[in-house]
Amino acid sequence: MTGVRVAGVGLTQFGRQPERTGRDLFAEAALAAREESGVPSDDIEELNYGNFMGSLAERQGHQAPLMAEMVGLDCPATRYEEACASAGVAVREAVRSVRSGENDVVLAGGCERMTNLSTADVTEGLATAADELYEIRAGITFPGAYALMARAYFEQYGGDREDLAHVAVKNHDNALPNEYAQFHRAITVDEVLDAPMVSDPVGLLDACPVTDGASALVLVSDEYAADHDLDAPVSITGTGQGGDNLALQDREDLAVTPATERAATEAYADAGRDPDDVDVVEVHDCFTIAEVLALEGLGFYEAGEGIGAARRGETTATGERPVNLSGGLKAKGHPVGATGGSQVVEMTRLLRGDHPNSDHVEDATVGLTHNAGGTVASAVVHVLEVDR
Amino acid sequence: MTDAGYDEWLDAVDDGEGYYLRCPEGHGSLPPRRVCPHCGSTDLGRESLPTTGTVETYTVCYVGGPDFEDEEPYATAIADFGDVRLTGVVRGVDPEDVAVGTVVEPTVGTNRTTGDDLLVLRAR
Ligand SMILES: [Zn+2]
Repeated sequence: MTGVRVAGVGLTQFGRQPERTGRDLFAEAALAAREESGVPSDDIEELNYGNFMGSLAERQGHQAPLMAEMVGLDCPATRYEEACASAGVAVREAVRSVRSGENDVVLAGGCERMTNLSTADVTEGLATAADELYEIRAGITFPGAYALMARAYFEQYGGDREDLAHVAVKNHDNALPNEYAQFHRAITVDEVLDAPMVSDPVGLLDACPVTDGASALVLVSDEYAADHDLDAPVSITGTGQGGDNLALQDREDLAVTPATERAATEAYADAGRDPDDVDVVEVHDCFTIAEVLALEGLGFYEAGEGIGAARRGETTATGERPVNLSGGLKAKGHPVGATGGSQVVEMTRLLRGDHPNSDHVEDATVGLTHNAGGTVASAVVHVLEVDR
Repeated sequence: MTDAGYDEWLDAVDDGEGYYLRCPEGHGSLPPRRVCPHCGSTDLGRESLPTTGTVETYTVCYVGGPDFEDEEPYATAIADFGDVRLTGVVRGVDPEDVAVGTVVEPTVGTNRTTGDDLLVLRAR
């Protein structure tokens, strides 16, 4: 089985760009990735494209061949939809296709256009990642679903909104130097606690923003990289995916996310690594509680221990295992169908040493990315390693 | 829109004859289902839904989607009914007075925005 290398990465600015079409956003990211890789278009054998709500936001289904056309590719193109884990799945399937020997070069990534919709319509669109019969009709929104999990966590393990506020403060600090991030504004614990409540206990500053953006990666086999003398020091050495009941009410425990655990177990085994080997992490922090649940599901903390990680300084940029040096979904932004790809892009930059926060992890060799769909009814984990 | 399986279930709840599905292993689930989501058994029978449940977790939603704009703020809770849990809008109490442990009964109400039927967890 061949190894898989990241030959080039591309991102658009994440943020409010309501006038820009999805096709324009994705083309920008994909062309940047191709340019950086030095791979000619004709060598790209497949496009794996992540998108969640394009049919609602742009009335545009069947986006993958459109995106291939916009990038000037003449190859099969498939859209992957797994709610907010759409691009994570697109990348994972690209890894699997290169490993299988079927393709040597695959373009993977994703895009979401969101800010052209009203807040109410975005809320409704995102809610479709929940169970239509038993959750959406009962008034569940995306922040509401995470609020239910946060309260269940507090009941079971303790912790409070102030612990969660430290997660938001940390991720905003991390976003400050990241040129692609939506927010370049430090915030304080008091500001998080005083922000308007969206869905108690999730406040406005516990939540990721609504974002437009795209991400793209050119993935190649070890042989292709060697034959073409590519500068591609970062490899994806592990991939895993896990699933769970769609509706929260059907899960055994509301304060844990077994899909993350399943994805992580598979990815660690695949890479021959364990949580202690991981130097730097990008996790799916769509809400502050989500970062806590992710760190526990990934095996970095026992259940109930992850909530104090940011407050204790363990996951800050200068902590022992920095989490979300990109700014995370919270401050970098969350264009849902692009997010999983952007995490792998950011991790690649961090490990290569060309991310503005690379100085915090200059000796790092192993990175991990975690992308979740809905209330973690799906999760995708990747392990990345850099040649040193 | 009609949704076979779900509509009948909601009507049964409205008539005070709520039920859930139970496999021989004792796993509970809600219709429509052809298999038990826990063990894959296709042998699903109907059991009576307990007449009361207790709130396990809840949220007070201040910003809902377009279908709930006339409800804000509203409390949505997940309540424990033994072998199954139900998610519903809590009524019969001020949203901000809902608590973990609040005893609720499953009923059917009307969504004030859309006029559609809605699973309501009515506080006792
Ligand atoms: Zn069963």
